Amino acid sequence: MTNSIGIVTPQTLHIDQPLQLVSGALLPQYDLVYETYGELNAQANNAVLICHALSGDHHVAGFHQGETKPGWWNDYIGPGKPIDTDRLFVVCSNNLGSCRGSTGPASLNPDTGKIYGLDFPIVTCRDWVNSQNALRQHLGIEQWAAIVGGSMGGMQVMQWAIDQPDKLRHAIVIAAAPKLSAQNIAFNEVARRAIMTDPEFHNGRFIEAGTNPKTGLTLARMLGHLTYLSDDMMGTKFGRELRADKLKYSFDVEFQVESYLRYQGEKFATKQNFDANTYLLMTKALDYFDPAAEFDHNLSQAFARTQAKFLVVSFTSDWRFSPARSREIVRALLDNDLDVSYAEVESEHGHDAFLLPNSHYEGIFRAYMHRVIQESASL
Amino acid sequence: MSLELTPEFQLIADWIEPHSQVLDLGCGDGTLLKHLQTTRSVRGYGMEIDPQKNIQAMLKGINVIQSNLNGHDLEHYFDPHSVDYVIMTQALQVVSRPDLLLENMLTIGKQSIITFPNFGHWKMRAQLSLRGRMPETSALPYHWYDTPNIHLCTFKDFEDLCEQKNIEVIARSVVNTQHQRTLGMRLWPNLLGEVALYKVKKRASNQA
Repeated sequence: MTNSIGIVTPQTLHIDQPLQLVSGALLPQYDLVYETYGELNAQANNAVLICHALSGDHHVAGFHQGETKPGWWNDYIGPGKPIDTDRLFVVCSNNLGSCRGSTGPASLNPDTGKIYGLDFPIVTCRDWVNSQNALRQHLGIEQWAAIVGGSMGGMQVMQWAIDQPDKLRHAIVIAAAPKLSAQNIAFNEVARRAIMTDPEFHNGRFIEAGTNPKTGLTLARMLGHLTYLSDDMMGTKFGRELRADKLKYSFDVEFQVESYLRYQGEKFATKQNFDANTYLLMTKALDYFDPAAEFDHNLSQAFARTQAKFLVVSFTSDWRFSPARSREIVRALLDNDLDVSYAEVESEHGHDAFLLPNSHYEGIFRAYMHRVIQESASL
Repeated sequence: MSLELTPEFQLIADWIEPHSQVLDLGCGDGTLLKHLQTTRSVRGYGMEIDPQKNIQAMLKGINVIQSNLNGHDLEHYFDPHSVDYVIMTQALQVVSRPDLLLENMLTIGKQSIITFPNFGHWKMRAQLSLRGRMPETSALPYHWYDTPNIHLCTFKDFEDLCEQKNIEVIARSVVNTQHQRTLGMRLWPNLLGEVALYKVKKRASNQA
């Protein structure tokens, strides 16, 4: 999987049409930053939308000018890869509320002329679908050949299939869940408390205050990161390996796993410069995701109008969104006699497995995308 | 698309009403389901545990759900009587409890079609009685220690189980592995048939 798309450049779509949000708030205008790879064919029927995960963004494959690190799903998107950019037109947009270019809490509020901060309205998966639908129209795509996403992105895919049933032919839902469990929400809440109780948070106005709640954000990321890994994999990778050659009996870092988590957390908060308010918003969007809630808490009913064909994928060691959660999704789709395939991929990498190379995963992904490509070609 | 079909699969296709809903347990690479889709316009799903076979089935455009027939997958995914035919070819003998699986198949499916290698075939009998060794044949090409076939049975055994479980045999047939059906196989199926095909359903319970 060495083929790369090469250098890619983000674009921005500015939308003046106000966006009515699920929360009741109105976003008067907004920007969506997105990247595209490959060519939209003459019939405009080979377009694939990628939905990103909590800390992801629109830079899904290829390289930005002058960068050495490719997009976050470069292993699976590119010429000859499962999502084959020689055949498909790939679109990925940055979600509203993010800190990577689309309008979010670090943007200027046009009503006040000040940075939004925590005044940025709470956004949900449905709001993201509605904003991406505007991008779809802008790009001249009547119907997506497929919408693909992992983790939070997988939830967004389901929301698309529920809200806009005739706007996609295939839905690929990877390492997702039909809603968060109490434990999932609890982890998110601890992460939010870590951020909001950081003295540098300044009630979300840290940019104006010239501070950065990096301690809180680091803790939040350490906690999140922990839930992405499996116990087995941490055992294999770190075990009880020490940082130094002997125990110091102090509160300094003793074990390698402590050092690794601190490094990951600090990198996220400083080098990657993730916005603390965005972290709060994204975890909230996850908590609120529950498409069955509007249908008497019956997930099968939620998919009653859905037309898309589905591929659902889970990973054996993922305990954040375990295979059992994906099987709930499959069951609800089967209840509606929808076309669905399901793969449970053997992996020791926990939730993170959806981003990593794995021959079974790649085989399934490639085979299913082959079907997507064949069907698009025969339309 | 040309598909090389065994007579077993052709017979199964003859037993299926067009446009019905089908579940194929242990669907392998999806050859049978693909054939039924093409020739019988069925809708349906394959269930298969093996990752490579899942990939092959998916390449044929089959809906395949990776599942373990020894677990509770069948009941998890499907309601009673929600499927017209639950098919299982050459897999009954590899599951941990064929009797329970058969019961489940007939709870979810209105009818079931089952095929299995006949352990009563004369070659098996001859190898065991004359050579005193566990049989190894073209239908069962394994050693006793590495065979996945842990619950082999004969036609008679299977029909006894059906009787005991109040299961009605709607149709039955036999084929050999040379893709033939002979008069002898019709007369002495348990001796000359290598592969058994059964179409069964539950008897109405109010007769009990």
